[in-house]
Amino acid sequence: MNKVHITIDGIKLYVPENYTILQAAKEVNITIPTLCFLKDINEIGCCRMCVVEVKGSKALQAACVHPVKEGMEVFTHTPKVMEARKVNLELILSNHDAMCQTCTRSWMDCELQTLANKLSVENVRFEGDRKRLPLDIGVSIVRDPNKCILCRRCIGACKNIQTVGVIDTMNRGFNTVIGSPFGMKLEDTPCTNCGQCINVCPVAALHEKGDADRVWEALNDPKKHVVVQTAPAVRVALGEEFNMNIGEAVTGKMVTALRMLGFDKVFDTDTAADLTIMEEGAELIDRIRGGGKLPLITSCSPGWIKFCEHNFPDLLDNVSSCKSPHQMFGAVLKSYYAEKEGIDPDDIFVVSVMPCTAKKFEAARPEMQVDGHADVDVVLTTRELGKMIYDVGIDFPDLGDSDFDDPFGEATGAGVIFGTTGGVMEAALRTVADLLNGTSADNIEYEEVRGLEGIKIAKLQVADLELRAAVAHGLGNARKLMDAIRSGETFHFVEIMACPGGCINGGGQPLQLSDVRNWIDIKAERAKSLYQEDRKMFIRKSHNNPAVKKLYKEYLGMAGGKQSHKLLHTHYTPRKNYED
Amino acid sequence: MTTNCAGCAEASEKAKELKKIIAKYKDTRGALIPVLHEAQEVYGYLPLEVQREISLGLDIPLAEVYGVVSFYTQFSINPKGKYQINVCMGTACYVKGSNEILDKFKTRLSIDVGDCTDDQKFSLDACRCIGACGLAPVVTINDEVYGKLTADDVDDILDKYEDK
Amino acid sequence: MIKNIEELNALKDRALGNITVRLDRTENPSPEGGKIHILVCGVAGCASSGSLKVAAAIEDEIKKNNLGADVKVIKTGCFGLCAEGPIMMICPEHVMYTKVAPEDVAEIFENHIMGGKIVTRLLAGEKEYEEIEDRLPQIPFFAMQKRIALNNCGIIDPENIDEYIALDGYQALAKVLNEYEPDEVIDEIKKSGLRGRGGGGFPTGRKWESSAVVQDHEKYVICNADEGDPGAFMDRSILEGDPHSVIEAMIINGYAVGARQGYIYVRAEYPVAVKRLGVAIRQAEEYGLLGNNILGKGFNFNLEVRLGAGAFVCGEGSALMTSIEGKRGEPRPKPPRSAEKGLWKKPTVLNNVETYANIPQIIRKGADWFNSIGTEKSKGTKVFALGGKINNIGLVEVPMGTTLRQIVYDIGGGIPDGGTFKAAQTGGPSGGCLPAEHLDTPIDYDSLTKLGSMMGSGGLIVMDEHTCMVDLARFFLDFTVDESCGKCPPCRIGTKRMHEILVRITEGKGTLEDLDKLEVLARNIKASALCGLGQSAPNPVLSTLKYFRDEYIAHVVDKKCPAGVCVSMIKYKIDTDVCKRCGICKKGCPTQCISGDKNTPFAIDQDKCVKCGLCMEKCPFKAILKNA
Repeated sequence: MNKVHITIDGIKLYVPENYTILQAAKEVNITIPTLCFLKDINEIGCCRMCVVEVKGSKALQAACVHPVKEGMEVFTHTPKVMEARKVNLELILSNHDAMCQTCTRSWMDCELQTLANKLSVENVRFEGDRKRLPLDIGVSIVRDPNKCILCRRCIGACKNIQTVGVIDTMNRGFNTVIGSPFGMKLEDTPCTNCGQCINVCPVAALHEKGDADRVWEALNDPKKHVVVQTAPAVRVALGEEFNMNIGEAVTGKMVTALRMLGFDKVFDTDTAADLTIMEEGAELIDRIRGGGKLPLITSCSPGWIKFCEHNFPDLLDNVSSCKSPHQMFGAVLKSYYAEKEGIDPDDIFVVSVMPCTAKKFEAARPEMQVDGHADVDVVLTTRELGKMIYDVGIDFPDLGDSDFDDPFGEATGAGVIFGTTGGVMEAALRTVADLLNGTSADNIEYEEVRGLEGIKIAKLQVADLELRAAVAHGLGNARKLMDAIRSGETFHFVEIMACPGGCINGGGQPLQLSDVRNWIDIKAERAKSLYQEDRKMFIRKSHNNPAVKKLYKEYLGMAGGKQSHKLLHTHYTPRKNYED
Repeated sequence: MTTNCAGCAEASEKAKELKKIIAKYKDTRGALIPVLHEAQEVYGYLPLEVQREISLGLDIPLAEVYGVVSFYTQFSINPKGKYQINVCMGTACYVKGSNEILDKFKTRLSIDVGDCTDDQKFSLDACRCIGACGLAPVVTINDEVYGKLTADDVDDILDKYEDK
Repeated sequence: MIKNIEELNALKDRALGNITVRLDRTENPSPEGGKIHILVCGVAGCASSGSLKVAAAIEDEIKKNNLGADVKVIKTGCFGLCAEGPIMMICPEHVMYTKVAPEDVAEIFENHIMGGKIVTRLLAGEKEYEEIEDRLPQIPFFAMQKRIALNNCGIIDPENIDEYIALDGYQALAKVLNEYEPDEVIDEIKKSGLRGRGGGGFPTGRKWESSAVVQDHEKYVICNADEGDPGAFMDRSILEGDPHSVIEAMIINGYAVGARQGYIYVRAEYPVAVKRLGVAIRQAEEYGLLGNNILGKGFNFNLEVRLGAGAFVCGEGSALMTSIEGKRGEPRPKPPRSAEKGLWKKPTVLNNVETYANIPQIIRKGADWFNSIGTEKSKGTKVFALGGKINNIGLVEVPMGTTLRQIVYDIGGGIPDGGTFKAAQTGGPSGGCLPAEHLDTPIDYDSLTKLGSMMGSGGLIVMDEHTCMVDLARFFLDFTVDESCGKCPPCRIGTKRMHEILVRITEGKGTLEDLDKLEVLARNIKASALCGLGQSAPNPVLSTLKYFRDEYIAHVVDKKCPAGVCVSMIKYKIDTDVCKRCGICKKGCPTQCISGDKNTPFAIDQDKCVKCGLCMEKCPFKAILKNA
């Protein structure tokens, strides 16, 4: 890369020529404030917060997208710059529903508030007409257009990254809104509920539909046996809600906190992940041996499932009939566990803490129940759990560690890595390889399917079979891969996760400010932590999980058997796009 | 589809027309706006079904199609009247009192700008300069141009159409 | 199909004979051409005022009198005197008739065509001559003009490519393909000093050069015909009156920068222009002047028309390109410049219609010829659309450096109804106003910018004492707010707030602090809006604040609108001395706010009055006074 000489606020520097002013300034420890800018997701220079003076230009320039150039002279805090930033922020605030005291975003560092602080905006001089529009409240996602500041990051996530494109910029001028066509509710669109829009929103214009109240109600109901399970990705992110390091594993503290909140049992969804591998592995071997439909595509990600129902209804038969792990777990809890513990399934209240907003929609699907009992009663996001812990005053970072409860206390490393892209594939490969070989393979780390590349394709020799595997994360990549499959590319096994990076970057995970995300890849940090957790585990293959073995022995019989099908499998429905 | 009623026959005729338009532009870069123009020509406006068809045909998300439609003033998601009244609000016309003419139309028809009368006879829009500044202030009704108007002329003009 | 330059020249000679009768020439008249040509303006204002019916009436008259062999009627482009339309001109004597109705046609035939006598009552100008002679240069409206961009408008039939070719059309293209390397074309344009006629006045040659130097096999040239300034219609007139001049220029541009595809982005509000362009492109294609191997010189170029859909912001270069791409016409931050990454991220040159219309003549007559016209830094001519409170509303083309006074009084015929000139607005919603004290400023790019306005596309709206400058600023902000794309907060919210303040002021609710706020907002929108249009949106406010601050003060402090425009500050009062207590006003008042009877004096309840002015209109004794 060629480098160029530039000057920022009198400081001379020598930077790669593909740098923006924003990047160059960071090199000399100047953080230019940004609002609409989010690296790789929204680079459109529209909010005019990061404006700087560039010698020779009459108007101010957006540092976030303005490339450096040999000899360029930049000034980042002249009076002209500072006034423009402040006036523009005041203008944004003048059309923002600034009920900060009661805003769900207040405790999580609202980026707008942070900026107002940073620019010393002490009053809004330019009050005037303000938009007052109805809220769009869905099962998973709530949109509040009155808080929206039109930064368009959500469109970057929904349309460009996920290729879902159910929200876009509508109208123009002062009447501009982000919304769905014809003012529809998100629920009436092919929205997948992935929640990536929430993850990138700088304010509270997008957030999950909160369900903590229903959990509190159950916890306070003496008749209810309230069971909680936590997904693998939650443990490497929950700490972030309490300003701990990004990706820091807090499994033990989390279990302690859940007990303190009053849950009767705290289980690990990883166990169910192992169960999923047993079922999905069996399904795969079945299809390969029996000439069934290939590739087999994973079904753990409910955002992906809905995406497939809308966009690839012709390929739904390729999708594994396995429920996602937490749904499987719910079904097991309300049958096997209920029987074993002698509790009326009606009195069991299952709460899933998930990194995911789509799981709220999934849990509400009519097919996700057995004998009239919904598998899962409430899905909470990682953020909601963090807020519950915060609300009751638990000093999370200072907590000691506890272990998950039995009889599902044991999980494997395979279950842990479910939380990251390639993890389900790797877990399945660990098991399928052993099952097909009839031996226990030493190689358990499949580097080929790890990492953050959008689509990973691997050829693996498993017994006498050359297994062709593909992994895609983020729905945009999923679409590409599915298009390839539709037009004839052949694989045996395909893993798809709706969110870029997998569940670790799910729509229910703790929000990190753009100021952090622009410089650190939080996906990589959280994934790294999951793989470390995997290494720490004594058992790292799903089929070796004693709890799972016991479950099959005592209740389910064999993987893919009749009882399994009743409890652990589901079916899918083709969905129309924008049709009644 | 059965086409035993006149309305249905017309609808299916239009749908065919729309498919043709989409097919014609399928390989054109930046096809959306030309397709919207021609579709509006056929339907008179751009309702959900039409936009959905275009979205599918051109493989552009419906939200983006709608975003484009709602950006440009020439596109409408509401049906227009049989007689479309456009009051020019260009500078030349404004300086010569087009505002009063617009107000007069509003009162006489009891509708606001962008609306259509209940009987679907008239719709009223304020438009940007149509480049007939020499005739300012100017009003167009469909293809007919009325120039050098005063508010008093509005009644006579409308009476002419009421009888039609 | 014209295969080479020799064939083009042969066609030119043939075609010239058919239109010689319209020119001051005697060479080559061809018998098929006819002896008398009646030119009828078939576009813009004239078409709106019924010129096509006049043309039809002429056709009838020709048939009726069996004059088919001798008399031809040609629907031409704009003559410029739009307010006097429909306009026609009879050649070879060049007599111009104005405000011609279909009913007048029979008289014109009887007296003029067949009787050789001028119909004086329909004459343009001072209307006093009876001799048939070439009077056009003596009509003051035309005398001071110099037509380059509008050269063919009003002379040729824009739907007949042969007539364009007859008047040296496509000779510039032939010259370029035959004699010039691409960089020599650019040098010529640079030398001419031509600057962009659409907005900021960027030197055209440099613009072409910056795209030419980028290495890419895929490049575009675009003609910006999204003439959005309300009150400007010069581009419309050129496209409707002489579309081939633009097409020829675009081919030359393509050759110069290495582009093989061009787009013309036209407002959908100009259906006639769209149609004419379509016809012109088809004819050029049939002649092989567009397409592959143009004039046998191995150069390929194609042209496509794209329609706007009603968005002023699409006049901004990058917004126009996103619109062609089929998206919301929103601007994008620059750099990268369009010359490097424009349409579909490919090097793109964008020029406006009037700019292009100058190109063929610059090539044909040479850069030095063009360079000799105009001022030091603004070369050539500029077309202005005169509008507002001025007698000769229409289109004029004058050398750069002509003063505002010459345009308003000598060409424009002054202010109607004995009004006084207050200001002229140039540059539309991005421009500003020039008060009477600057009437003698020679108008060019730099002088206008210096005065806080800009050339823009050339709309020139004249205001008299009945125009309220605060209301005018509000009108422009109305426009800006309506047309803001909404992408960046300074324009989306800032112009809205400015508009709200202006509404407050015109409603008599403004404060002095509001004036400060206006200035803060204006300053920051100018500094930080994303695109050029946003940055210039505050100009109408800044310039009226600069030149007419006293009017703002009158609104804010005295709660008075000196021009008597701002309704809420108007007060109607009954002059009891003059009032005869007839009660007519009381009967006509829609809000019943007038009290009084035979015994009690009449008075208006100011709280209930809606200021409709009906009472004043109805009063037979002029006893009701406005703003008394």
